[in-house]
Amino acid sequence: MSTQEKKPLEKVCMICAKGSLEDVYATLVMANGAVMEGIETKVFFTFFGLDGITKKTMNQLHTATTGNPAMRMPGGLPFPTVLGGLPGVESAVSSMMRKQMEELDMPPVDEFLEMITAGGGEIYACKLAIDMFKLTKDDLSDEVSDILTIGQFYELCDGDRTQIIFT
Amino acid sequence: MTEKTIAGIQVKVLEDGYLEDMSQWNEDIAKEIAKEVNIELTDKHFEVLNFLRDKTKASETLTIRSVGKSGIVTIKELYQLFPKGPLKFSSKIAGIPKPTSCV
Repeated sequence: MSTQEKKPLEKVCMICAKGSLEDVYATLVMANGAVMEGIETKVFFTFFGLDGITKKTMNQLHTATTGNPAMRMPGGLPFPTVLGGLPGVESAVSSMMRKQMEELDMPPVDEFLEMITAGGGEIYACKLAIDMFKLTKDDLSDEVSDILTIGQFYELCDGDRTQIIFT
Repeated sequence: MTEKTIAGIQVKVLEDGYLEDMSQWNEDIAKEIAKEVNIELTDKHFEVLNFLRDKTKASETLTIRSVGKSGIVTIKELYQLFPKGPLKFSSKIAGIPKPTSCV
């Protein structure tokens, strides 16, 4: 057996720059998982990722039905791109995805954010993107602790055993 | 798998300290395991532990969300009871298998 000392992660910093259902959930699952493991966790939402923490959009995120080669019909057949472009298809597919996640006890985004902050995780929004999309702090989930520049976020990411993950 | 004596009882434990057989568990064992992770068990802790054991007996997958909806504690309180391991440490102390869920 190796005598080398184990050096567990102490802090995880995540940056979510995309706003599709799966991008936001990947971030939330990893962030919540880190909090549950006792790892200090900070998440920075920027650009379209802001949809994941904006009150109006966060519980209605979509998964792309066009330009998504991994998209399958129920049963496993390829999902024709032409079909994906029809009105309503993306909404229907997205709500089906949400339903399947709910079955695995994955909460809606607002509740997921609450779970992360309940365990001490911190949620931040990117100042540049907030200005660009003309949003204010009031548009964001109450779980968002602050609006930061990327420089301020990097300052929070100090420490030897810290990892930054970009999703 | 190894044999270990916890609170005067010989039990089978897995590599990371989880009991192999949840029926070997009792409250004294729980208190001993809790000490290893610096937790002093209160009645509230036991309410959570018993909930986890009941759900495990019913073969339900445990998530912190389900504990939060149990009516016993909120997720925030669960973190206060079992700091840095709301499901990991509580499962270990409850004598049930290591959690396999990601949420």
